Parts: sequence; structure tokens; C-alpha cells
Amino acid sequence: MSESPASPLTTADGVPLKVSLRRAVRRSKVKAFLLVSPLLLFLGVAFVMPIVEMLWRSVENAEVSTYLPRTVEALEGWDGGSLPEEPAFAALAEDLRTGQEARNLGLLSSRLNYEKSGMRSAISRTARGVRNLEPPFRESLVEAHRAWGELDTWRLIQREARPYTISYYLAAVDRRLSLDGEIVKVPDHLEVHVGLFWRTFWMSAVITGLTLVLGYPIAFLLASLPLRHSNLLMILVLLPFWTSLLVRTTTWIAILQSQGVLNDLMVTLGVIADEARWQMIHNKTGTIVAMTHILLPFMILPLYSVMKTIPPSYMRAARSLGGKPFLSFRRVYFPLTVPGIAAGGILVFILSIGYYITPALVGGQSGRFITNYIAYHMQTSLNWGLAAAIASILLFVVIVFYMVFNRLIGVDKVKLG
Amino acid sequence: MAIPSYATRGERIWHYVFLGLCALIFLFLVGPLLIIIPLSFNAQPYFTFSEAMLTLDPAGYSLRWYEDFFTSRAWLGAIKNSFIIGIASTILATILGTVAALGLSSRYMPARGAIMALLISPMIVPLIISAAAMFFFFSKINLAQTYLGVILAHTALGIPFVVITVTATLSSFDTTLIRAAHSLGANPTRTFFKVVLPLVTPGVVSGALFAFITSFDEVVVVLFVAGPEQRTMPIQMWSGIREQISPTILAVATLLVLLSMLLLTTLELLRRRSERLRGITPE
Amino acid sequence: MKHDDKQAGKVALKRVTCAVAGASVMALATMAQAQQTLNIVSWGGAYSMSQQKAYHEPWMEKTGDEIVNIDQSGNALAGLRSQSQAGNVTWDLVDMLPADAMIACDEGLIEPLDHDELLADAPDGTPPSEDFVDGALGDCFVASIVYSNIVAFNTEMFPEDKQPSTIADVFDLENYPGKRALLRKPINNLEWALIADGVDSDEVYAMLETEEGIQRAFDKLDTIKDEVIWWEEGAQPPQLLADQEVAFASAYNGRIFDAMVSEDQPFEIIWDAQVFELDGWVVPVGKLDKVKDYLYFATDTQRLADQAQYISYGPARYSSSDMVSVHAETGIDMMPHMPTFPPNFATALQKDDYFWADYNDELTQRFDAWLAQ
Repeated sequence: MSESPASPLTTADGVPLKVSLRRAVRRSKVKAFLLVSPLLLFLGVAFVMPIVEMLWRSVENAEVSTYLPRTVEALEGWDGGSLPEEPAFAALAEDLRTGQEARNLGLLSSRLNYEKSGMRSAISRTARGVRNLEPPFRESLVEAHRAWGELDTWRLIQREARPYTISYYLAAVDRRLSLDGEIVKVPDHLEVHVGLFWRTFWMSAVITGLTLVLGYPIAFLLASLPLRHSNLLMILVLLPFWTSLLVRTTTWIAILQSQGVLNDLMVTLGVIADEARWQMIHNKTGTIVAMTHILLPFMILPLYSVMKTIPPSYMRAARSLGGKPFLSFRRVYFPLTVPGIAAGGILVFILSIGYYITPALVGGQSGRFITNYIAYHMQTSLNWGLAAAIASILLFVVIVFYMVFNRLIGVDKVKLG
Repeated sequence: MAIPSYATRGERIWHYVFLGLCALIFLFLVGPLLIIIPLSFNAQPYFTFSEAMLTLDPAGYSLRWYEDFFTSRAWLGAIKNSFIIGIASTILATILGTVAALGLSSRYMPARGAIMALLISPMIVPLIISAAAMFFFFSKINLAQTYLGVILAHTALGIPFVVITVTATLSSFDTTLIRAAHSLGANPTRTFFKVVLPLVTPGVVSGALFAFITSFDEVVVVLFVAGPEQRTMPIQMWSGIREQISPTILAVATLLVLLSMLLLTTLELLRRRSERLRGITPE
Repeated sequence: MKHDDKQAGKVALKRVTCAVAGASVMALATMAQAQQTLNIVSWGGAYSMSQQKAYHEPWMEKTGDEIVNIDQSGNALAGLRSQSQAGNVTWDLVDMLPADAMIACDEGLIEPLDHDELLADAPDGTPPSEDFVDGALGDCFVASIVYSNIVAFNTEMFPEDKQPSTIADVFDLENYPGKRALLRKPINNLEWALIADGVDSDEVYAMLETEEGIQRAFDKLDTIKDEVIWWEEGAQPPQLLADQEVAFASAYNGRIFDAMVSEDQPFEIIWDAQVFELDGWVVPVGKLDKVKDYLYFATDTQRLADQAQYISYGPARYSSSDMVSVHAETGIDMMPHMPTFPPNFATALQKDDYFWADYNDELTQRFDAWLAQ
């Protein structure tokens, strides 16, 4: 710019142009942001805060300090070498008495039972008879339940008095804290979660691969047909996309189950014997088939939108330069579709690892995902801290992939139909 | 996809093999949806074609599962709930999403990428995680087991769809049209209603349809956040499939397939209209 | 018609009950004017149907109340917790297992019950605390039935001269081939595995507290693992048996009975080593006033006896047991189908709620890990 400082450009009312422009830009920025802010506020309350709450729950550990306050205080400074002295026992008896009257010992006993099986009944049985206990409590409590005579119990209470814990995360990866405070692997016969995480990832990878294999030719066909025809065929892709997930899952049950359409057909055709019907559902096959079907449109659509932008003349040029069909495809066309493959692949993979309904309905024992375990801990075992920890780990994985996706493709490029 | 005249014989064969493969994949995509339609008219309580059905014997067919559906209080109540929740959350999501999309498509929007990523995230975060998180949080603020709670949850899930479709429409929106309207003497209000709105409407409506179908199909969040009074149709189906899979489910499924066909047709018509308005015609 | 006879009988008995508890009937009469909706949570299927016929329908007729059945007992504890956290308890009365009731009671989710105050006396004036069977009245719990976890089989899947009869047969693939459907939980399966392996039923739970005992149970389950289909919903076992997808299925005895009488299925129950337990009502916190009268009605001697006309679960009151008669629709004698019928009861094992309260978390995890192997 070569304007002289003596005579800056001004608008009609004498404000320097630069200032005026900056002001206008700021005003536009504020206006744009104000338009978005109601939605941001809404999502903050209805979506972000719940997730923050969940993350917090995965480390929260208030039970022992809330329900055994006197015991925790009495154990301060205890070295854990031998059973604590009478004051700690008396404090425990007092805490249990208060808790029994207020009927709020349930959460405490569940919490301790996660760490040491048997604590639930130790607490509830002792609490039930606590009114009749006589000092010295060291003797009478041990008599009421043997758990109070074990050093491990007291160390556990002391350890779990801390307001935060990583034990849910440890449990989510099949580890736990030993009583010396070291992280150790749980015995083999209690290992569940790590295997499920891996299974979720590799089955999702298989599903992603299958959708690519099936989706690529379709996207290619759609992209090379004239719009009039491809629009019609596109409807065939969009129809399943728009149909209820439960409907699509139900239909696979009808088709694949042992008394289902496919097996019946095979028996009628004489391909298999009536007694040797294929088991295609309530196992890995069921999950993979149904989810490939459900996620296929998510692969086709990004592939299609990338292929649409590749001018057909490229292939023709390659051919005219002497390339064999396959070679020209591999060297010229395919590399151009890689962004579409990446977009579709990441999208399908992210969606797949988070699927819950389909694996739950058609996955049986071997086709279950880690998500089914989140639901199990939410609804059945009621170990909400563990559910939150597993969910947080899964969320972390999804966010990483989402960021990769965003960096590579950009979320604003996502198209729907 | 015509075969070029210079194609060799091998290429021709390959071309037909390719078309055959594509036909099979299309069959895989759509066949399962079509197969349940005849199955839902099975007179027998089975999930497969009976002999009578295959020989086209009228006795093999019946409307009993539809009758079951339309006379069941549980199902009808569930439909009502699905519509209440679906419509309310669609309205909310459409308003919030459209207004936000107007801001997002401004050139001056600060931190556009980050905000966009956040707004789309409800679509990406696994439903089971959203559901668990909302369950914890909504329980705390007395929204669990209420209509409002489910509606807010579904609004959050529907928002990405509205934001995506409306910003897509706006990005292809030719702003010179606004200037043209101004220069021809229209005031901003008149410009908005006469020029902007008609061009943006198809995007808003298809976003709304996406939001509606998202809510209408959603199981996981309802499973966690809703109480017995907010039992929706997908929940009714879910428990039906888990417990005793009766062909009533297939009747419902057929109706839902028809619904999705209807929605898809609407969308297609909208798309054509918007292309026509913008002066784009199919090749 | 038979139906009318029964009605008459019911009226006569009702009169006796009324005479005993006149004051409460007055309360019922005033209730009749204030119609309300009761959300009652139960297990669904044949069981909810029996409650509908025996309790809900007469109650609705009597008071004009509306009763909404919610089939959520499988997740009752989670539901109670979340509702109480949400401060919005929509359930009025919940049917649940005593082990869950114990936990819910400890967590203060359900009301403590004063049984002699809240429940009807037996027709002869015996107070509830003496009329209910052992363990039926918990701090916050009142049982209505005794039910049993059994293994049933489809008689058509075995030659007539070689029908299974003991729990050991279920683990005997050589002599009794075919798929087995078992509940996808350690509960019952571990007990049966040990008993089938020759452990005395008195020692089962003591044994399961030791590592060797658990290992022994899993080892035994290992022998049939490949032939097992795991079920999760109570409605599945009868369906699997009927479709002949499996030869054996563990199930709740009432569901099997229901399939036998109402669908004429060729099923038979192996009563050997049945694991029986109670099931009954709990009242969510704050709902006692609302459901007090219904609870009084639904747990009286007549109602419990009535329920046994629809499903083969034993009434939890001694005074009702004596009144168990015939099935309401088919007229077959109900007594031989009850878990408590002496020949059926000979080798029965009572589920140890304390054991499962302590070890369920850990054993479920171990069970899942074992399944995943």
C-alpha cells in the first residue's frame, strides 16, 4: 500500500476507511456469532454438559468418605501394618448405625463390593445387627462378620476414602489396584473388556472393508451414469438409508435365522439338509452382515460425491495414451478416489464402533460389541462408574478418528443424500 | 454408462460382469426391505414364507398382524408418543439449526471450523454414549423420564442434520441475487421473503425431515432417558424383537418402509424444485 | 357354568376375608370414589397375565382405578435408582426379586413395610407374619409367589423309553444329545453344574465361595458349552423349545407350564435340583399411601390363591396354598405343577440371596470372560 500517512482514505463521514472496515467486519462477526449462539447454548446444556458429567462420574469416588466419615477420620495416619485400634472400630460401628437408620448404606456396599466381593453382605449384615453390638467393638464387629477382622478390608476403606479414583478406568481395561497400590492385571478368568474392545475394532474394520468392496462399484456406476439414470438408482441407495434401523435389523433376523427365508430357500433347493441349517444369526456373521447392509449408504455417498468430481476425460486420456484399462484405472482413477475412500472409511468405522442396537439384536454371544457392555453396566450390573469409564474410553477413540476426519475432509463437506 | 466403441471383447464381457455385480449389490441393499412386505401378510405366526403363500393360495395371506397393530393400545400409544416427540424436536432443531446455519455461512463467522465440528458431533458420538451421558445429567436436573427430556435429547441429535443441509443450501446460494433484489428496489424484509426464503426452504425442509426421521427411529436414547409414559414406537419394536418376535413387528416394519418411501419421494421433489428455482436442470 | 361356580365360591370366601378385615374394606369403599392410575411394574408374559386376571381386573372393577402394566422388572433396580435420582418416581408398585429388594432397601429406594399393619390376616385370623412362608417378608418386601428355575425339555426330541429326568442328564451329551438353552448369567447354571457333578445341594453355596468350587462348576459347564444357546429374555426358552431349536431349556417353571397348557406344547419339567426363590412386591419411596389399599388387596389369601389358577407358581401364604385348585381355563389340577408339590420339591435348592448379592458382580464378569474364551 502506498497511501501517505498524512491523508488516510476516509469514508464520507470522515472515519478512516480502515477503521470503518474493521468495524464493519467486527459487526458482521458479532452478528454471525449471535446467530449461532442459541444453538451453542442449547448443545452446551443438552449435549456437552451431559458428557462432562459422564467423564466426572468415571472418576468420582464419594461413597466411602460420605457414608463412613468417622471411620475415615479414625483411619487417618494408620499405617496399614496391622488391624487398626479400637477407635476405628467404634467409628465404624457408629457410621454403620447412622447409615442403617438413614438407610443409605446401599451405595457404599456396592462400591466396596466392586473392589472386594463379599463386602456387600459384610456391611448389610453387620448394619442390621449393629444396634445390639457392645463395646469393645473390635471384638464384637469381628464376631458379627469375619470381614472386619481382615487387614485387607481396612486397607480398602482407607484407600477408597479418596474423593477420586482411577479404579473404574482400570477395571475397563481389565486391571486393578493391588492392596499395595500397584496396578496389576486381573486374573485371566476375569478378563472381559480388553477383548471386547479389540473385537469391536476389528469387526468394525471388517465391516468398513466390506462396505468399501460393495460400495465402490455402486458409487462408480452412479457417478458414470447420466444424472437422469443415476438419480433413479440413487433412490435404491437412499431408501435403506431412510428406513428405520430396527426395520433393517428385523428383516435380517427374518432372512438369516435358522427357520428363516434364506435357510428355507437353501433347504428347498436341496443345497443343505433340513437338519444342517446354517447358523447365520446371533453370532459374528449376523452382526457383520446386518451392519454392512446398514452402513453401506454411508460409504456410497461420500465415494459418489468424490467420483462425481473426476472428469471422465481423465480415463479417456489415459486410455488414449496407451494405458490398459486396469492399469489406467489403478494409476489414474483410483488415486483420485482416495479422499472418498478415506471419508467413507472413517465415517463407517466411527459409526460402526458405536453401534449398539444391531449387535444387541443379532450379535448373540460372539457378535457383541463393547457398547453392549456399556448398556449392561448401565442397566443390569448398575456399575455406573464403570459404564462411564468404558464410554469415556470409547468416546476418546471416536474423537480421535473424528479429528482425523475433520482434518482430512472437513465436517462441512459431509453430504446427506 | 455406455461402452465406448473402441472397447475390446474382454472389456465388453467385463462390462456386463460389472453390471451384474452392481445388480447383486443393489439387491443386497433393497431386497431385504422388500422381502418383509409380503411376509407381513403371512397368515401363520412365522417369519418365513409358508407353503400356502408360495402357491399364492389366498388362505396363506391375512391382515391379522395389521389388525393386531391397529387395535393394540400399546402400539397406538407408542405411535402417538413418537409423533409428539418427533414433531416437537423437529421444530426445535429446525429453528435452532437454521438460525445457526445463517450465521455459519457468513464469511465473517469466527472459529467456524471448530464450531461446526462441535455442532456435528451429536451425529458422530455413539448413541449409547450420548444416551448414558444424558441419562446421568438429565436425572440430576429432573428431566429424565419426562417428555421434555426426550424432546431435548432428540433435538440435540437432529441438529447436525439441519445444520448440514441448510449450510449446504446456503453455500450454493448466489448472493448476487440479494444485491440484485436490493438494486431493483426491494427492502431487506421483502428480499428475505421473496428471494432468500424460497431458495432456502427446500434445504430447511429436507433438514427438518432428517431431524424428524432421526427422532422417529431413535431407540437408544429413549431407552435410557424416557420413562414408561414416553414409550415410543422404536422402543415397542425393540422389546418386541428381544422378547417374542411376532409378525406384528413385520407389519409395523412394512408401514415404516412405506413411510420412508414417502419421505424419500418428498425429498426428491424438493431437490428438483430447488434445482429448477436455481435454474439448474438435469443433463 | 364352571366359571359362575367359581365366582360364587370367590364371593363366599371374600365374605370371610371381609369379616376379618372390615375396617380396611371401608377404606377401600372410600377409595372407589377417588379413581387413579396405578403404574405397576412386573415381568410381562404369562406372569403379568396371571396378575392381570387375579389382581388387576378385580381391583379395577371394584374401584374404577386404572392399572398400567409396565414390563420392566428385569431392570427394576436400575429403574428405581434412576427415578429416585431424577426425583420423579413414576412407578407405584414394583414386582421384584428379594435379592434386588434387599439392595433397593439398603439404598433407601423403597419403603420399609410393617407387614402386620399393612397386610390382610389369613381368613382364620392368623397374622401375616405367621401366614407367609419363610423369607417371604423382608424389610421392604412382601412375596406373592414361590417360583422355580428349572430345566425343561421337549419330549419329542427324545425316544419314549429314554426321557431325561435328572439335572445330571442335562449335562450328559452322550445319552441326551441336542442343544441346551441356558440363561446367560452365572445364577442357577453354577449351582446346577455342581449338583450335576455330584455335589450335595446343601454344600453348593459353601463350595461356590471357594476358588476350587467355582472352577469345578465352570469345568462342568465347559463340557456342554459348545451345545449351549444362551437366552436373555424369559419368553425365549419356551419359544426355543417349541421350535425344536433346543432339546433342553432352563426356564421359569410358570412359562413352561403356560406353554404346556395354553399351547399344548409337548414339554416336560425336570424338577430335580430346581432352584426356587420368592418374588413379590416392593413400594417405591413416597408411594405407600397411594398403593396401600391395592397392596392389601393383592396380597390377601384369596388373591394369591386365585393367581395359582392361572400360572403354576406357588402362593407365598400358607392359607392360600390350601386353596390351590384347578387351572382356570383347562380345569387341570394345579397342584402337581407347583414347585412346592412334595414330589417336585424333594431335591429343591433355595437360592441364596446373600451369596448372590456378594458374588454376582464378580461371577458375572468371570462368566462373561468364560463365554468369550
